[in-house]
Amino acid sequence: MIKKISKFQPESFEFSEANLLEAKNEMKKYPKDKKGSAVIALLYLVQKQNENWIPLPAVKYVAKLLNLPYIQVYEVATFYSMFNLSPVGKYFVQVCTTTPCMIRGSQKIKNLCRQHISKNQNELSENKLCSWMEVECLGACVNAPVMQVNEDYYEDLNENETEKIIQSLLNDKLPSPGSVKNRKNTSPENGKTTLLEVKNA
Amino acid sequence: MPKITINNKEIEFEEGTTVLQACELAGAEIPRFCYHEKLSIAGNCRMCLVEMEKSPKPIASCAMPAADGMKIKTNTAFVEKARKGVMEFLLANHPLDCPVCDQGGECDLQDQSLFYGFDSSRYTENKRQVKEKYMGPLIKTQMTRCIHCTRCIRFATEVAGIPELGAIGRGEDMEITTYLEKSMESELSANVIDLCPVGALTSRPYAFEARPWDLKKTETIDVMDAVGSNIRVDTYGWEVKRILPRINEDINEEWISDKTRYACDGLLKQRLDTPYLRENGRLIKTSWDKALKILINKFKLLNPNEIGGLIGDLADLEMIYSFKLFFETCIGSKNIECRQDRTYINPYERINYIFNSTINGIEDSDFILLVGTNPRLEATILNARIRKAYIKNKLKIFSIGDPGDLTYPYQKLEANTNTIKEIVAGSHEISNKIKKSKKPIVIIGESALHGKKGQYIFETLKNFLLINNFIKKDWNALNVLTQHASRVGAMDIGAYSINEEENFSFFDKLDNDELKFIYLLGADNFNFEKKDKFVVYQGSHGDKGAEMADIVLPGAAYTEKNGLFVNLEGKLQTAYKASYPPGDAREDWIIFKNLANMMKKPFGFNNIKQLHELIKKKMQTRLNFKEGKNNKIEFIDDNILVKPIDYYYTNSIARSSKIMSECRQISKKFLFTGIEKIN
Repeated sequence: MIKKISKFQPESFEFSEANLLEAKNEMKKYPKDKKGSAVIALLYLVQKQNENWIPLPAVKYVAKLLNLPYIQVYEVATFYSMFNLSPVGKYFVQVCTTTPCMIRGSQKIKNLCRQHISKNQNELSENKLCSWMEVECLGACVNAPVMQVNEDYYEDLNENETEKIIQSLLNDKLPSPGSVKNRKNTSPENGKTTLLEVKNA
Repeated sequence: MPKITINNKEIEFEEGTTVLQACELAGAEIPRFCYHEKLSIAGNCRMCLVEMEKSPKPIASCAMPAADGMKIKTNTAFVEKARKGVMEFLLANHPLDCPVCDQGGECDLQDQSLFYGFDSSRYTENKRQVKEKYMGPLIKTQMTRCIHCTRCIRFATEVAGIPELGAIGRGEDMEITTYLEKSMESELSANVIDLCPVGALTSRPYAFEARPWDLKKTETIDVMDAVGSNIRVDTYGWEVKRILPRINEDINEEWISDKTRYACDGLLKQRLDTPYLRENGRLIKTSWDKALKILINKFKLLNPNEIGGLIGDLADLEMIYSFKLFFETCIGSKNIECRQDRTYINPYERINYIFNSTINGIEDSDFILLVGTNPRLEATILNARIRKAYIKNKLKIFSIGDPGDLTYPYQKLEANTNTIKEIVAGSHEISNKIKKSKKPIVIIGESALHGKKGQYIFETLKNFLLINNFIKKDWNALNVLTQHASRVGAMDIGAYSINEEENFSFFDKLDNDELKFIYLLGADNFNFEKKDKFVVYQGSHGDKGAEMADIVLPGAAYTEKNGLFVNLEGKLQTAYKASYPPGDAREDWIIFKNLANMMKKPFGFNNIKQLHELIKKKMQTRLNFKEGKNNKIEFIDDNILVKPIDYYYTNSIARSSKIMSECRQISKKFLFTGIEKIN
């Protein structure tokens, strides 16, 4: 499916000062006549600034910044599934449903999203703060089941904790990310069992 | 030279060719969709698979460079199976709507599925459905049929130079579109219709008009601009249904401009099909006999010097020659003119009014200076060639005057005659660049030649090039870009009235009311006060000229007669009759022959053959014609402005065309869709 483009578009878009600086840094990484290569990095910045989605004025803005045809930026924005072209809310929840997560109960998490956020995926919650989406492997299978909120991972989920996280998101609060079982990265639940003598392992 | 074996036949090939090209050399035909000679290689349709020795898999021949000692097979069961597989995938999502598809009969996919398609489908899922995309008034889309060859995208980006097409989404969901379905703005946009190997992009004006096998095809020459693109006119009965490009590597390669292609519906509208006579301020239908008799009586009443003739933009050589002959022998007047405004000409040498570097020569050039010209609108095909040269050689392009977006970058110089003075004097930064270049091109447009400054600009630039030895046999850097198909031919025939001192004597006479009788030969772009002048208009369309005329004589349009045209390079080309003039309209030279017969004056020829002989003779004397002439050149301080051109409305046929009006309407509303630069 081609991504749906929102009917509601802001009048204009411009980078904030900090983001413009970062955009210019990105552009510096490429030769002068090839600065169009920075298009993906810039589109990410747009998403970061604009509540996780890219409005059409931003497509034009980025194209002008990089001296690219509008259609080329538009092509990139429609190609990658990580770019959203319609509002997804301040908190964008992506639930992994690929095999390892599914075995560890991602269906239950999906159902919770259905219950609390919105009936269907890609729909905004009632207070417009949140939306959820089913995605393919997020690459954190060791800590399955996993869901991603904006740029953070929430791991080792169970129904109770997930509901807490979702409720907190709906109340405009971002809980601290990571494993809900308080694991450090992917280390065992009850502390290290090997490499005990290595300090920073 | 390296050697390659194709189907056990060893051939030599040049370094840099692809396997596909080598196969063509060896006479083995390779099916393809995405590959096109004039575009970059994409290699995404996979139809051109061939077998290469020692390769376990078939290779895409269009993207594989040929190497010495390669052994290629194109006719094995292995190859056929591979191509059949590709074709099955292509057809999996392609609708079976050939009976209602306009591409039917000239469709690459249809033709190739005859050889590689299965008789039935194994694909039981639903076929992909894609919404139609709006691309402007010329291109009709049916994107479900698209096979994603990306030829159209590559054409818009590479040849047309306006990157406005793109593919959004990915995989099965990929769709070709313009940015937010805006209308295409390139003047070459409709060429994507020819490039599309399936029926995804078809001609909107020609939609459901005819089937290709029902049409009569006539190979002829275009007259919408001075380039003289080679075209094929397809007619159904009298009607011209469509115009397609014909390959001529020296002129238009395989592209034509949108005006060339779509002004043809103007041939059906606003036509003059019978003579008209003005009575009490209104034009009344009349007979040929009556109209010509009144005309002859008028001639008798007037002093020959009071009679003037003006030749329009679309006139062929037969027309111009017989017109001139008629004026000289039957009337005794020398007041004929092929210019419709005060544009400086120097007809004393043939190189003075043609594009000497030739269109092909542009590609060899290493420096281009545009003087008061906008080639994109004045000669679209030539502009595409400059762009090609820019991409190939990254050559430096400068412009005196601001023509706007030309689809390639150029540097603007100050638009004043002072710039030329400085260049010639050697004090401008450009002059050294010209002198150092090996094959420079200076293109002088009609805007620069307009008015008093024209003489200064032309003569000084010519002198400058002569002194620096850029006007010689193997390379001539002096180029005049004419805008009208008839101009170079009319100059060759000698249809201008100038004398030693004055370049615009015809216009001066007109302004001084010395002319009482004006004969407009298809001249519609001429603005003058009618006052009490008697005006005759002879032409094909009821346009500006016919509006003010007292007598209107219906002539034939360019598709309705055999005619000779000289393009801006001075190339003589023959246009052939595809249709016939409507109603009582006659071919123009016959009208003059009739007039001469009625006046009982001798006319130098009796039939078209003799006329052609006369024209041929005239042209031959013209080739090496040179008259010494040294006028004093005065410096005139003036700005060089590039005159804006109403691109879709430049001649009477285009003005009568509904499609051209639509394009014009839209072009005025254009939002910029290509590259926009920030300051």
